[in-house]
Amino acid sequence: MRNKILSISIFLFFSIVFIVFFKGLKETNIYTPDLDIKKEIPFFHAKDFYTGKKLNTSDIFKLDQTYLLNIWSSWCVPCRKEHPLLLSLNENKKINIIGMNYKDNKIKAEKFLKELGNPYKRVFEDLEGTIAIEWGAYGVPETFLIYNNKIIRKYIGPLNLNIIEEIKLLIK
Amino acid sequence: MKTLKIIIIIFFIYPTSNLKAEDLEMKNKITKNLRCLICQGQSVYDSDSEFANSLKIIVDKKIDEGLSEDQIYEFFKNKYGEWILYDPGLNKNTYILWLLPLLIFLAGGAIIYNSFIVKK
Repeated sequence: MRNKILSISIFLFFSIVFIVFFKGLKETNIYTPDLDIKKEIPFFHAKDFYTGKKLNTSDIFKLDQTYLLNIWSSWCVPCRKEHPLLLSLNENKKINIIGMNYKDNKIKAEKFLKELGNPYKRVFEDLEGTIAIEWGAYGVPETFLIYNNKIIRKYIGPLNLNIIEEIKLLIK
Repeated sequence: MKTLKIIIIIFFIYPTSNLKAEDLEMKNKITKNLRCLICQGQSVYDSDSEFANSLKIIVDKKIDEGLSEDQIYEFFKNKYGEWILYDPGLNKNTYILWLLPLLIFLAGGAIIYNSFIVKK
């Protein structure tokens, strides 16, 4: 009787351990953020980059329109790289590109836009980086595709040609 | 009159400074429980990255707004998912993690009970 209980419990113990490890094997242990999110855009207050006027979510994002929110900064090297892609995407009239200037120096940011061109329909400031947190962002550069006040896609890191093609397909 | 003045001053200063100390303690506790998602193996409290610094400002703001500790955790969980918390809650992905120690404890107890107490 005792042997039976012992063997059953040993068997149970090993099967549980096996299941746990087997389950764990399938999951990657590298953190991968959820990119395909259908979340409402957050409500936030910000300052317009050029006029300094106070703005909130509804001043910038309207229903039934497609927006691309790009978080950028003049000190961010990959932002420089993705900038020409944003300029080319801006030729597409179906999309409104909005810029969030992340923890930047205003003079340097203005110089950046003068030098490389301004693809943004509107730019607002995020001096403390707190608005980026409201959006669930990790840093710069980061881009959100928004339709009907919902985040459709999130691109972490600089944009590339494949992503631009994907965005063009999505907004068709 | 002088003592009355002092009492009034103490009355006004004491509660606010006490509150601030409590807030700071709560902020430290919360930021120690939040994972810095762009760092390796560091909490928000330990990190000095741009991401962590912004998170600290948000925690400060939320405490000022009067949110409780759990509400603040819930806010970050909504934005970044369960991974941002060092102390994950019980859900379908973590139930084995929570139940396994209990199961092992019960199994051990059963073995001890069977082999020592029943024998006697």
